[in-house]
Amino acid sequence: MNKLVESAKEGIAGVKDGMTLMLGGFGLCGIPENCISALVESGVKDLTCISNNAGVDDFGIGLMLQQRQVKKMISSYVGENDEFERQMLTGELEVDLIPQGSLAERCRAGGAGIPAFFTPAGYGTEVALGKEVRYFNGKPHILESALHADYALVKAWKGDRYGNIIFKGTARNFNPVMAMAGKITVVEVEELVEPGELDPNFIHIPGVFVQRIFEGKGYEKRIEQRTTRPKE
Amino acid sequence: MASVSQVILVLKLSNSRNLMLDRNQIAQRIAQELQDGWYVNLGIGIPTLVANYIPEGINVEFQSENGLLGMGPFPYEGEEDADLINAGKQTVTMMNGGSIFDSSMSFAMIRGQHVQLTVLGAMEVADNGDIANWKIPGKMVKGMGGAMDLVASADNIIVAMSHTNRKGQSKLLRQCSLPLTGVKCVKKVVTNMAVLDITPNGFKLLERAPGVTVEEIQAATEGRLIVEGDIPEMNF
Repeated sequence: MNKLVESAKEGIAGVKDGMTLMLGGFGLCGIPENCISALVESGVKDLTCISNNAGVDDFGIGLMLQQRQVKKMISSYVGENDEFERQMLTGELEVDLIPQGSLAERCRAGGAGIPAFFTPAGYGTEVALGKEVRYFNGKPHILESALHADYALVKAWKGDRYGNIIFKGTARNFNPVMAMAGKITVVEVEELVEPGELDPNFIHIPGVFVQRIFEGKGYEKRIEQRTTRPKE
Repeated sequence: MASVSQVILVLKLSNSRNLMLDRNQIAQRIAQELQDGWYVNLGIGIPTLVANYIPEGINVEFQSENGLLGMGPFPYEGEEDADLINAGKQTVTMMNGGSIFDSSMSFAMIRGQHVQLTVLGAMEVADNGDIANWKIPGKMVKGMGGAMDLVASADNIIVAMSHTNRKGQSKLLRQCSLPLTGVKCVKKVVTNMAVLDITPNGFKLLERAPGVTVEEIQAATEGRLIVEGDIPEMNF
């Protein structure tokens, strides 16, 4: 049950051209910074990336876009990234936009063995095109299918070598559901702890979902919209 | 080409522009809709400002769909935490009694109708409650974020927006021209000119911004407008 690997490079070992990856995070909050750097370094390409956002021009998935490593993005919101917009408008990059709640639930379903589910989100919009519609309690719903990934790249706060992990603040976001949906789930933590140090009552994702874990380094944790109020 | 009536509308609006509500006043008027004990999701832009005007004696908890409940004000300078942001990616704080959860649970509480009110912005609203706010084909494609889940599920949706666009064209329409975010879901619209309910027969005018006339609202509303009796001014 020792899932410890030495580095991000070892963490992403086996990622090949054309694979589908899930990357946790909301904006730049809770993104797997170390794994992204390792992917950029590896030069792997034609990736399909499932992530709520696509980073900014010079950080997060934006770094992979710069290197033209991404063939397709599956996201809910992709603003704040000029290179992304350019690649999308020229057709270099395929983009599938999904309502945020459906994206989260499709990942959760993928990890939970639920092949598909009905949701009201997107009914009557272009998101519903080609999807089965059914009425439940008089209300229309559309059929959404589960998402899976060859690798899920997850950022957590603390974890042990069994793969038990906890998150901090809103850096949790998509990380838990993606951790569940990866064939190989790679977790980078800020702090690796000894088994037993984390209270079993407060484990967010049990190690059963995790295949590799390592302690990341040099977290930048960039803030997208630094917003403050004056001291009273 | 602009029609004569549109030109007249623009002229009229420029006369009364100084009377119309600013962003903060729109938020302030929406805050009057808050009820004690409600969980509320505020969208980006004007809706975020609603938190500044919670009426006295009313306790509400703000939900941010990236995964927190009990969102507090922006942090003091120097106290920003990169691991604590709202759905607009702004640094925030937590209130006592707040909680943190993942994206799937966040939308479970939205889809499951455990959040009583959603306030969001829009580019267009139709008089049947359709809303468009996520895409301008060929110009702007940023994505819908959580808006489609929110509007498809919430029982109570208030749209906060300006009554007309920068060209002076109505944003309250008979039918949306932009790709939809949701169908027949908006219940109420608060603009810089008016408060309107969405009814089966169109926009029902409830209140006017102070100094704005029914005629001006009529001229700025392309969708069906129902005016019954005297329309009071908003009260702040």
